[in-house]
Amino acid sequence: MHIVVCIKQVPDSAQIRIHPVTNTIMRQGVPAIINPFDLFSLEEALRLKDKVGARVTVLTMGPPMAEASLRKALSLGADDAVLLTDRKFAGSDTLATSYALTSAIQKLAEEQPVDIVFCGKQTVDGDTAQVGPGIATRLGFEQLTYITKIEDLNLASKEIVVQRRSEGGVQVLKTKLPCMITMLEGTNTIRFGKMDDMFRAARYELKTWSRDFTGAEEAKVGLKGSPTVVSKVFVPKPRAEKAVMIQADGTSPDALAAAALDAIFAAQPKLADDLLARAAAGL
Amino acid sequence: MVEKFDAIVIGAGPSGNAATYTLAKQGLKVLQLERGEYPGAKNVQGGIMYAHELEKIIPDFRDDCPTERHIIEQRIWLLGDDNYIGTNYRSESYNSDTPNRYTIIRANIDKWWGERIRKVGGLQICETTVTELIRDASGKVIGVRTDREGGEIHADVVIMADGVNALLAKRSGFQGEAAPENVALAVKEILFIDPELIQQRFGIKEDEGVVIEIMGKVTKGMVGTAFLYTNKESLTIGIGCLISDFKEGDCTPYKMLEDLKNHPVIKPLIEGAEMKEYAAHMIPEGGFKAIPQLYGDGWMVVGDAAHFNNAAHREGSNLAMASGRMAAETVIALKEAGKPFVAGNLAAYKKALDDSFIIKDLKKYRELPGIMHANKQFFGAYPDEITQAAHNWFTVDSVDKRTKEVSIMKSFVKRRSVFGLVGDAIKLVRAMR
Repeated sequence: MHIVVCIKQVPDSAQIRIHPVTNTIMRQGVPAIINPFDLFSLEEALRLKDKVGARVTVLTMGPPMAEASLRKALSLGADDAVLLTDRKFAGSDTLATSYALTSAIQKLAEEQPVDIVFCGKQTVDGDTAQVGPGIATRLGFEQLTYITKIEDLNLASKEIVVQRRSEGGVQVLKTKLPCMITMLEGTNTIRFGKMDDMFRAARYELKTWSRDFTGAEEAKVGLKGSPTVVSKVFVPKPRAEKAVMIQADGTSPDALAAAALDAIFAAQPKLADDLLARAAAGL
Repeated sequence: MVEKFDAIVIGAGPSGNAATYTLAKQGLKVLQLERGEYPGAKNVQGGIMYAHELEKIIPDFRDDCPTERHIIEQRIWLLGDDNYIGTNYRSESYNSDTPNRYTIIRANIDKWWGERIRKVGGLQICETTVTELIRDASGKVIGVRTDREGGEIHADVVIMADGVNALLAKRSGFQGEAAPENVALAVKEILFIDPELIQQRFGIKEDEGVVIEIMGKVTKGMVGTAFLYTNKESLTIGIGCLISDFKEGDCTPYKMLEDLKNHPVIKPLIEGAEMKEYAAHMIPEGGFKAIPQLYGDGWMVVGDAAHFNNAAHREGSNLAMASGRMAAETVIALKEAGKPFVAGNLAAYKKALDDSFIIKDLKKYRELPGIMHANKQFFGAYPDEITQAAHNWFTVDSVDKRTKEVSIMKSFVKRRSVFGLVGDAIKLVRAMR
């Protein structure tokens, strides 16, 4: 079985600052990480590898510095890594990105047919959740998004049974391979790699693929192939009010809690009424 | 199968990087292990880097090393309650093609150094913590165990560059716990600010830098110093005192830093800056007398882990780099001669240190830590008296100068007594020679 995991290197959104004058994102000094949502998919792929045996290839598209993310994935246990990098890809939107990644997956399939493609649910920098489904559509794979659990994988019958979080419940879905899966966050915890994998990742000779190599059409990638237009960038007003320091006498937990509640209810009188009403109704 | 290297270096700070780079460049099979997410992730020096030692290791470092500003002016300030007295040294000759000192943000330097290490064939593995040294039946160190599955790795020699806590040397029984009076706790902030403002406030051009070393009442009589450095688009401000003093006193480090930032002579320099990073770190301050055993069968210890820090001159990272290089050169020489890495042969490392500025300087100031620790007047009474004297002297108020002299002298004598003053002078001389 051959599993391809698509990952993206993103700036650590927890550490991003916005330039006060130009409203642009200040990337300088912000560490680059693997998109956190991708790690749930990578871990699930590695679990399948442990369980039924598989070759796991990680794939990313990005600038040469994205190599660090691929090495990280290798150190966690992925078998191979491909960096899709070409100036011609720069400026790709989700339509062009899913096309470019698809061209690379098709290239990988020439070596060994691909049974499952894992993608992150969405990225933390773009937040579109479009690339995974885009790849599935282009490849003609079944689409399994927001998956919380892989219940069963039958290699003989090429069938997979998964649980999918949906509004108001859980769907249990059974489908044929090949398929594209995006895992929901919190469904697993990324592993701590083995020493051998650390060595292998550090020494691995990365495969770097260009547009020419995958055969992606020039008109369908990069800015040319991207119909999305950014019309305006603005900084949303912070929702939270400024923090308030609450004065409290004594150190007993009851007194501190009472002081905190008083301050909250003073600011939100309706909340106090609601809670009192619920308490009165015995809820 | 257990991997075997010529040398394993633990830690990716200045000493570990110097050792790893020197070994790798010489073609030795070297593995560097770092517990942080990337080299520099755990390193908070910020920071003056002295070029001379780095240049010895990487002559062309200036081509791409991410330094902040080269230093053209050094200020030394003694702070009073609302004043300071100080000296400045500024020289146009520091604007050469090969400046001597730079302000830096350590994490950037170590990331860059990691790339340089990989370029010369060194293997650097991060996010991996060494949990213990592995020894053979004779007690010789033959490798390390990491916190990862299958984490046993062997090497002819292990160089411990794991920083001030020297956890591995302590765990292995090579060092005892550091005394609280031999370690300082320093806190610092990086304050983000428009480079134009830095240039205006400090009277410098782009790339030029000013550093201020500070002593005085802001440490509230504790043994400690403060600093303010200009980076490209930020200022680094920090303060540190001996742990033993923090323990006895009732002032927390962050309170002290707040007081420093609000001091009337500091505040205008940092006005309008936005805090970007807050960090705390320990600094070995015990000097010569606190240096532990430096080598043994199959191991050496370098940098902060060996307590190499010259508190009097605020030099640490250059001692770290030099010691890392010397440890590596010892390994290279033994490897070439085909000699085993036993204590008797590794003693060459100690010999190299003894012959260098590292041990010579630390020896010169060997009495300094003890004298400072036992004589708090240097951090309380004197800054007070000296700044008050300056205030008295420079205030023109129709009091004749002779009367001013007498009143200043009286104030000193009242505070310290004649014997006290003479004794303090003798102590200072002893501390410095």
